Amino acid sequence: MTAILGISAFYHDSAAALIVDGNLVAAAQEERFSRIRHDEGFPVQAVEFCLKRAGLKPENLDYVAFYDKPVQKFDRLLETYISYAPSGLSSFLKAMPVWLKDKLWTQDSLYKHLTGFEGPVFFPEHHESHAASAFFPSPFRSAAFLTMDGVGEWTTTSWGTGRENTLSMLKEIRFPHSAGLLYSAFTFYTGFKVNSGEYKVMGLAPYGRPVYVQKILDHLIDIREDGSFRLNMDYFEYPYGLKMTSKAFEDLFGGPARKPETPLTQREMDLACSIQKVTEDLVLKIAGHIRRETGEENLCLAGGVALNCVANGILKKTGLYRNIWVQPAAGDAGGAAGAAWYVWHKALGNSRNPDGNRDSQSGSYLGPEYPNEEIRHFLVEKGIKYHEYRGKLPSTIAALIEKQKVIGLFRGRMEYGPRALGSRSIIGDARSPGMQSVMNLKIKFRESFRPFAPAIKSEKVSDWFEFEGESPYMLMVAGVREEKRRYPENRDLFGIELLNQVRSEIPAVTHVDFSARIQTVHRETNLFFWQILDEFEKLTGVPIVINTSFNVRGEPIVCRPEEAFTCFMNTGMDVLVLGDFVLYKTEMPESGQDSGYLKKFELD
Amino acid sequence: MAKTSVLIEFLHFLKERKKLWLMPIILILVGIGLILVLVKGSALAPFIYSLF
Repeated sequence: MTAILGISAFYHDSAAALIVDGNLVAAAQEERFSRIRHDEGFPVQAVEFCLKRAGLKPENLDYVAFYDKPVQKFDRLLETYISYAPSGLSSFLKAMPVWLKDKLWTQDSLYKHLTGFEGPVFFPEHHESHAASAFFPSPFRSAAFLTMDGVGEWTTTSWGTGRENTLSMLKEIRFPHSAGLLYSAFTFYTGFKVNSGEYKVMGLAPYGRPVYVQKILDHLIDIREDGSFRLNMDYFEYPYGLKMTSKAFEDLFGGPARKPETPLTQREMDLACSIQKVTEDLVLKIAGHIRRETGEENLCLAGGVALNCVANGILKKTGLYRNIWVQPAAGDAGGAAGAAWYVWHKALGNSRNPDGNRDSQSGSYLGPEYPNEEIRHFLVEKGIKYHEYRGKLPSTIAALIEKQKVIGLFRGRMEYGPRALGSRSIIGDARSPGMQSVMNLKIKFRESFRPFAPAIKSEKVSDWFEFEGESPYMLMVAGVREEKRRYPENRDLFGIELLNQVRSEIPAVTHVDFSARIQTVHRETNLFFWQILDEFEKLTGVPIVINTSFNVRGEPIVCRPEEAFTCFMNTGMDVLVLGDFVLYKTEMPESGQDSGYLKKFELD
Repeated sequence: MAKTSVLIEFLHFLKERKKLWLMPIILILVGIGLILVLVKGSALAPFIYSLF
């Protein structure tokens, strides 16, 4: 037996992943256990879970892989400070103690936390970890890969090829020129949190008009025909400062950044739309260049920019590649699995055996699960009333959704990656015109403009969306089919006025531009969720439900039954499915509510 | 021992990338950093974006 533990830590989204004899047997983000969103600390509890899942102890591990090279990152930091001196003094004064006391000694830290482990530690480069996470678990024997994010050591974008068990990096773009950080700069400027609000910018984009595209291309970024690019650093402060954008950026776009939580204006929507358009064009250009250079028909994506499912969907629609596979944990959390894959295949030379069809990610259901007996014990101990519907649970849930109930679905292994895929989800009726508003404001307590995603039986996806193939990880956006669309009478509305219009037969999951972030649900990876959709289709003719993550704004997705119950009790959810058990809000005591619950989570 | 190996790795990295000329200024920066550590006594993560 060979066991490899992959770890990502110390920046954001710490995670652990365990590969045993070439199989990814467990993976999870630390935030789910620690309940600290984007937790950056050493993933103590995620490691503990991975080892327990496989029945191992640290001394049983053969290798540990850390997802980047701290020494090279430190070099980049110092060189950047030197380049921008004396501008970066205040950032330098804050960063140095952290580096000299902690981050530089990552290897020591790993051995300290893994008492008993005496094997070697590998440090693949950050983008090698991303590339490994994209290619090695993919279904392809041969593919091109593209990794784009904020920054690793020096690299911000890389591409190359994967063949069998090898990876060849052919081209990289280096810091400070970064597509991820450009997007993050707009995230900051539009008043959202960097490293978490990028999704909101993408969701806001369809409300806006691309009026700033030319300005961005004229002043901020020079994109060449091959997709390589350079940023004009006069407009950014992120290499040395404590914020993303400079005064020149503010002057260019007519004022200071929007203050967080203040009302959104058309300007923010137009900015979001413009940077989204630029990002899409950039991804298309670079993907096209890779296609021409490598001749590969398959493309694998990872890195934070690969979570831009709108860009992914557009790329897929172009038909440039026959197949596109996106690592579901495309952000830094996925680096843990990538680093472990890197050691297994590239460092140790073990072969791959992809079948060209199924990936090795197991639906990304790689986190902890809780047996029914453990859940029952929790319910009995707390005196919580519950029901059992042996064998009829999917049809019961489908009937409840049809009756407009909002359901917390907690069942099976937790997802690895930022998306809830049916194990830690809140689900509801996608046909309901008011459901987007109800879910946003009464259940998730988040901004009203944010769209929800549809989960659909995989075999029915082409009946409802302009999409062929699979999107099991909710990382592809496509349009609702023309015949399912409804065009509002008043077509002169724009911006946020578009929000409450009914635009399709499934309005709750149809964004204002008729797009939807699709999750195809497969019998092979989540039979129970598929059965719910199947039963719902029998009742209504629609094989689709809303699927959003089981949490409130700012809260990490629930991990344990007690967290699911607490979230259920303190939101407008009607029903909670915990394993095989069903709880109804109407039967719950009011004492289960916690008036301070929402305040526990810092707004994201 | 591990700390020494990190320093050796850093030197190797600079040599391989032909960046040894940066050594004096890097040493000065690291020196300032060490003083900061000693003066402050703790290394709380600052509020800077997680680039570093």
